[in-house]
Amino acid sequence: MSDQVNMERTGAGAGTLGVKKPWSFTAPSVLPGFSLTFGYTLVYLSLIVLFPLSVLVWRASSLGFGGLYAIATEPRVAAALRTTFSISLAAAAIDVVFGLIVAWVLTRYEFPGRRFLDAVVDLPFALPTAVAGISLASLYAPNGLFGAPLAALGVKVAFTRGGILVALIFVGLPFIVRTVQPIIGELEVELEEASATLGATRAQTVWRVLLPPLAPALLTGFALAFARAVGEYGSVIFIAGNIAYVSEIAPLLIVVKLEQYDYAGATGIATIMLAISFGALLAINLIQAWSRRRFGHV
Amino acid sequence: MNGATATLSRDALAAANDSAHGFGIRIEGVEQDFGSYPALRDVSLDIAPGELVALLGPSGSGKTTLLRVIAGLNTPDRGAVYFGEDNATNLSVQERRVGFVFQNYALFKHMTVADNIAFGLKARPRASRPSRVEIYDRVTKLLELVQLEGLGERYPAQLSGGQRQRVALARALAIEPRVLLLDEPFGALDARVRKDLRRWLREIHKKTGLTTVFVTHDQDEAMELADRVVVLNQGRVEQVGAPGELYDNPASPFVISFVGEAVALPVTVVDGHVEFGGRKLHVDTHGLRDGAARVFFRPADIAIGGQGEGDLEGRVESLRRTAGGVRATIAIDGYDQTLEIDSALSSGAKLGGRIPLSFSNARIFPSDPITDSDFTEAGEGI
Amino acid sequence: MSDAAPVRSHINVRTEAPATRLALILVAVVFLALFLLAPLGVVFTQTLQKGFGAFAKALQDDDAISAIELTLLVAAIAVPVNLVFGLAASWSIAKFSFPGKSLLITLIDLPFSVSPVVSGLVYVLVFGAQGVFGDWLGAHDIEIIFAVPGIVLATIFVTFPFIARELIPLMQEQGTVEEEAALTLGASGFHTFVAVTLPNIKWGLLYGLLLCNARAMGEFGAVSVVSGHIRGLTNTIPLQVEILYNEYNSVAAFALAALLASLALVTLGLKTLLEWRHGDALTGRARRRQ
Repeated sequence: MSDQVNMERTGAGAGTLGVKKPWSFTAPSVLPGFSLTFGYTLVYLSLIVLFPLSVLVWRASSLGFGGLYAIATEPRVAAALRTTFSISLAAAAIDVVFGLIVAWVLTRYEFPGRRFLDAVVDLPFALPTAVAGISLASLYAPNGLFGAPLAALGVKVAFTRGGILVALIFVGLPFIVRTVQPIIGELEVELEEASATLGATRAQTVWRVLLPPLAPALLTGFALAFARAVGEYGSVIFIAGNIAYVSEIAPLLIVVKLEQYDYAGATGIATIMLAISFGALLAINLIQAWSRRRFGHV
Repeated sequence: MNGATATLSRDALAAANDSAHGFGIRIEGVEQDFGSYPALRDVSLDIAPGELVALLGPSGSGKTTLLRVIAGLNTPDRGAVYFGEDNATNLSVQERRVGFVFQNYALFKHMTVADNIAFGLKARPRASRPSRVEIYDRVTKLLELVQLEGLGERYPAQLSGGQRQRVALARALAIEPRVLLLDEPFGALDARVRKDLRRWLREIHKKTGLTTVFVTHDQDEAMELADRVVVLNQGRVEQVGAPGELYDNPASPFVISFVGEAVALPVTVVDGHVEFGGRKLHVDTHGLRDGAARVFFRPADIAIGGQGEGDLEGRVESLRRTAGGVRATIAIDGYDQTLEIDSALSSGAKLGGRIPLSFSNARIFPSDPITDSDFTEAGEGI
Repeated sequence: MSDAAPVRSHINVRTEAPATRLALILVAVVFLALFLLAPLGVVFTQTLQKGFGAFAKALQDDDAISAIELTLLVAAIAVPVNLVFGLAASWSIAKFSFPGKSLLITLIDLPFSVSPVVSGLVYVLVFGAQGVFGDWLGAHDIEIIFAVPGIVLATIFVTFPFIARELIPLMQEQGTVEEEAALTLGASGFHTFVAVTLPNIKWGLLYGLLLCNARAMGEFGAVSVVSGHIRGLTNTIPLQVEILYNEYNSVAAFALAALLASLALVTLGLKTLLEWRHGDALTGRARRRQ
């Protein structure tokens, strides 16, 4: 009798005793609490996430592709989308370059203050966006600490697209650094030694042996930083100037449309932005899967 | 790899032999400390051109450090390294042109097999870089040599462990190195693959004729492959010799117990004869002074029984049949370890009974409280 | 004992030339100072520019106090609620196997990939005057959007992944062996959880709580959309900061900002401490974070 039960439990083939193993959603386990916790998780997710998002999708779908397209091509919306995407791309790209340097330096070199700087990299994660926003605005305002010398050089940052760029660089940096740091840390020493025994100079070793394996991580970091930059609000609106058609970002336009009770317009822009975010997420997963298959690592 | 020897095309052979293979390695007085830990102590070695030499020893013996010193990956605190007549001591790694095969292959995972092999050639400055066609040619020939034809466009992640090791070797050979150095080349592979690759390495060595040094902690591997074996212990060279030499004429307690099994009997030298447990042993003192000493012999050289008194006595603790006779586990009076000894059925061994034992081919070494403790550690085996 | 001269030491093959290293370090330091440290410093210099007295006075303003109270209230609701979710989700995901796990994890990660403004928007679409429940709510005189409940909901949405994301990889890495052992020894499920599982995850849990709390108190975009910006009633600290700044009251704005910045520094400090002391207890987390 107990054998029968055991075989059911371990799934040992149907037909051994004529007992068919019932399909169960989860593999049998002695640990309790699955139904309770899983059920709670599903309910919570449905209420907090799925339901509201599906409302958004439903509203968007009632606009249809035609409606979405019309919204996207409204001059002001188009300008905001262009502003948001182009500056987010630029900021993420700049973050890749400097983020790589920062990650390299923090992982491979020893110098006083390294631990402190390593902790500081997380600041954009920890600092509330509004605080970052007013600080950056204050810093780059024409009479600000950086704004004043820049103004003397004829460069205006605050209330221009340049301000948006600065804010998005701030916001995206940790994504690059934190994504690429562990990969740098795992670079085998033997790779560098092998390269040296084969006659390569240090520069060749860095360029041809050490940096290429970092490419997938850099791409992932880029996609993460880009996705975050596209949606960023609080850090940007204080420094941006928010002049329609010039320095207005898409998230702000959503807020503006909400204030005008143009739910459709707001929904349209939000849908487009969501689509881009998911695209970025998908790209990340694809990059990682490809990299794992090809190179055996992420 | 199907284990069969592939016949190499003449071209592949010629390409392999194109490398200058006439360099011996001379190491003089090399010392290296890591902090206060002495990794290498006054190591000197002479390796003839074209020899296949094993550096054998337990972990911590300094064998990998020595290999890296030859390669230039470690800089010794004192001493010199010569390739042939050239003093290489102050040359950088890049300048030494050594082929180094790492324990975990160190293949460049983001490059294809072909790109890995070609790496050293492509890294040369314009002036001395071969043309693309030449590089392609060489890579192809090397792929043939290591029996990986057609796999040039694969990535390391798609290869088995044995295949990766062969790529690592081909990559090292591509630069036409003066010497070939291998760091525990088969350590990361499973037993069957290891056997095949050992045989294959010996063939490669024959075909390339390169002076080859490899590091191993596996004495079977060293004995099977090497022309000569360098036994290292705690940073010092204990003995250098052909495998047979090490078995037959071990130079120190460490060698005799590390290479093959040995029994170490604590004895006393008194008045020109050797005493153990109150009896006189049939062992020559070889001129040792009176005092504590150890007599070493191999379990294979022990015989049970015999008429009259043997050198030792013991009690049979367990007895079982084997195809040829019996295998007895014997506790020897005065010795703290039991021994397994094979003998014929007629030897008279009975379970629980006492029997006499005699041994041959014994060596005697003086007891040295310092090196004795070294020895017991080594005697634990790997 | 050899006569060989000491060997000239070679350039280490494992790192760049000293000059290159120095240059790279300088670039990194300058970049971090300009883009990260300067904004942080500005918060404190701006609020203290008229002296500590002005800073303290700004914090005692009625609206400021309401904002602080509201922020604390929202966090006090959102964090524990998300804690329960985090524990439930990570327990079911990490200790059991079932199909669709990666889909579930992706859903949990969702708020990270969504703009805060969009997060707020979806709640407006559900509970706003023209939203799905708008008429029903209006008829029953229940205010969610432009009132505190909306703020709480939006904050919950934005912060619920933090704890789960910390715990899931951690618990996955730890496996089920210890829990199974406890069960064979006769412990109940609940007791197993409290006595075996919790101690194993305590540092990851603490870390997740810190992040969750920091974000709950600092969230701006999502809360801004659902808030209504009514002074003294529906303004959290970040929203109040915005109002004050737009009124050119920089001392007061930065005073509140300094509060949040200090919280951020404490969070970072504790995080560093945790990683330093208990880094191994946090692995499985990998350093992938959003």
